[in-house]
Amino acid sequence: MTIRTYILVWAGLLALTAATVIAARLELGRLSIYTVIFIAAAKSTLVVLFFMHLLEEKRLLFKLLLPIALATLAIFIGLTFTDIAAR
Amino acid sequence: MPGAEDTMDTSRARIGMWLFILSEILLFGGLFLLYCVYRYRFPAEFRSASTVLSVADGAFNTAILITSSFAVALAVHFLRLNRPKPVVDLLTGTIALGALFLIVKGSEWADKFAQGLYPSSPVLLARSKGEVLYFGLYFVMTGLHALHVFIGICLLSVLAVLTIKGRISARHPAVLENGGLYWHLVDIIWIFLFPLFYLIA
Repeated sequence: MTIRTYILVWAGLLALTAATVIAARLELGRLSIYTVIFIAAAKSTLVVLFFMHLLEEKRLLFKLLLPIALATLAIFIGLTFTDIAAR
Repeated sequence: MPGAEDTMDTSRARIGMWLFILSEILLFGGLFLLYCVYRYRFPAEFRSASTVLSVADGAFNTAILITSSFAVALAVHFLRLNRPKPVVDLLTGTIALGALFLIVKGSEWADKFAQGLYPSSPVLLARSKGEVLYFGLYFVMTGLHALHVFIGICLLSVLAVLTIKGRISARHPAVLENGGLYWHLVDIIWIFLFPLFYLIA
């Protein structure tokens, strides 16, 4: 990866931060939470792929570790809400 | 054993770091789960409580952490190019940005304390249950995150010294690479904390 790539990712992260602040100011109602979470996920993806070098990772194990942890967390939260939402 | 170091695979060091990162994700994940449940149950209270926070402070701190993450990524980049001087400079810059983050965070907390808002304070307990839960989560999650930033500053200080001494180099990059991974993790956690606490429209 070149310095130019890092600079572009950095600029992208700052732009997305500005975007999330603006998005939160719009009256999006219920969509608002999904919008800011989606932007946060996009920013995290940039950090993981470029700054944490997962994009140039060759071993499958390293590529899979993070998705497995996030899937576990999603299952925790999802299963909890099958209970909470039904009360 | 000549040449043994050349064949040493840094992936073993990395797998340990990634397993640590996974455990950290689940540590904060438990708190994120609590947040989701309580926000689902008290949406209006979370919204009204969040107006106490300054979006400008939160956005400023987000930019600081993103820039510090960028600096660490560049430090690892220059280490791989075997140029220790910019590595040390970038690590010093990262430490300064981390300290600035803690100063802003500290002033935010001081501001809340000045308003009588701290865990179990009479002013806070006079508020509704949902708002008490919001501030409880706010102090625990940003506090735990700030502790991680503080540990990161200490860690990066040690790494900067080791780089100056030549113990970290292009031939031995694993420790700095892992320190960088830790700092990026701290950055990512804040990327989620910022919208969840500051940006409840």
